Amino acid sequence: MNQSLTETSHAGQEVDQYGEHHAEHDDRLQHHFATFEQQFDAAKIGMWLFLATEILMFGGLFVGFALQQSAHPDAFVAAHHHLDKRLGALNTVVLLLSSFTMVMAVWSAQNARRKAMTTYLLVTLACAATFMVVKFFEYSHKFHDGTLPGSFYRVQHVGEVPNQFIFFSFYFMMTGLHGIHVLVGMGLITWLIIKGRNGRFDGTYYTPVDLVGLYWHLVDLIWIYLFPLLYLIS
Amino acid sequence: MATETLNTAAAHTHAATTDHGHIHGGPKIYGAVLAALLFLTVLTVGASYIHFGSGMANVIIALVIASLKASLVALFFMHLRWDRPISAITFCASLFFLGLFLIGCYTDYISRAPSEPANIKSAVAPGGLVGPQQNQVTPQPNHGAPGGSTPSGASGPVVQGASPEGNSGGPMTGKEHPSPQVPTHQ
Repeated sequence: MNQSLTETSHAGQEVDQYGEHHAEHDDRLQHHFATFEQQFDAAKIGMWLFLATEILMFGGLFVGFALQQSAHPDAFVAAHHHLDKRLGALNTVVLLLSSFTMVMAVWSAQNARRKAMTTYLLVTLACAATFMVVKFFEYSHKFHDGTLPGSFYRVQHVGEVPNQFIFFSFYFMMTGLHGIHVLVGMGLITWLIIKGRNGRFDGTYYTPVDLVGLYWHLVDLIWIYLFPLLYLIS
Repeated sequence: MATETLNTAAAHTHAATTDHGHIHGGPKIYGAVLAALLFLTVLTVGASYIHFGSGMANVIIALVIASLKASLVALFFMHLRWDRPISAITFCASLFFLGLFLIGCYTDYISRAPSEPANIKSAVAPGGLVGPQQNQVTPQPNHGAPGGSTPSGASGPVVQGASPEGNSGGPMTGKEHPSPQVPTHQ
């Protein structure tokens, strides 16, 4: 801390008798960090730890899916024909596009291009909304058909491959948890847009943009695995 | 920009060092990565229409392509390529433990008698439903899966969800099905 004080003193900042530098203090730099860079790195480590817990949370579902698929291969193959590959592919493309616009928003924030950042964030938000609308149509189709998880499964065709409800249990839990993450991401992006319009971010401080970007890319990453596993297995 | 004026000279010197540490990539690289990701998406959808010998081969090909896409996203969009090693270490550690999780569960699963959800349906004589599958010692002729209780559709007429008590019981109330009948397998 002493080091940073002398550093800031050299830079012409006023330091009062308590060693606090009131004048021209940037409230975006929290007091327990010496520099913006240190604050950014610490926040980033925390974010990656959170992402690790996210991976493990989804990992439980992926492991369960793998085990049940190997136990009921016929049921899983039969059940996945109820899903529309084209809608899944559309949502994949939409999410990949949103990941691109998100990373461009981060890049714009890093380079202090405020308007570009807002535009990219708005496009990302629009992509996320598109994803949820497609998801809504897929879900309502399944509610109509009765291909629901567990004991809510209501398809009664004689001669159907049994135990398809297991697939739909995983389908709804995995895409549902993923969809909740997309909704949370939409909330976070909206928050970034509001903060960005208020001039909160510039080349010095863009930590929230970077971290929400990481979160958004993880949501994309999980969908990259969900799409082939749920829609494309054969 | 109210806070812009608050930036001290010191903050600007930090910003200068920060720039060297964190700014990289750029529209060209990100655009190229996006193009690669879209190409791989087309590839994986196309591959799903081709039958590569066995279902397992298709799954492996799909997962390899997905992992390529995930690597591109992690390396470029998530900045791991340029980031401090601690981020990649954290990321890889989570994948490592996920691998342990999968291996542990799978070896446990294949090395013990089959256990199934309580409301699993079995193939039975027409018009009948039985409760939970009892552990079967005899291997199934239809498939070699360790679960051993999923006959293929051709093995007999199956009525799924036709019995009210069969569905309303829910997955966790298997004790409602004492299952005196022995499931018949063909």
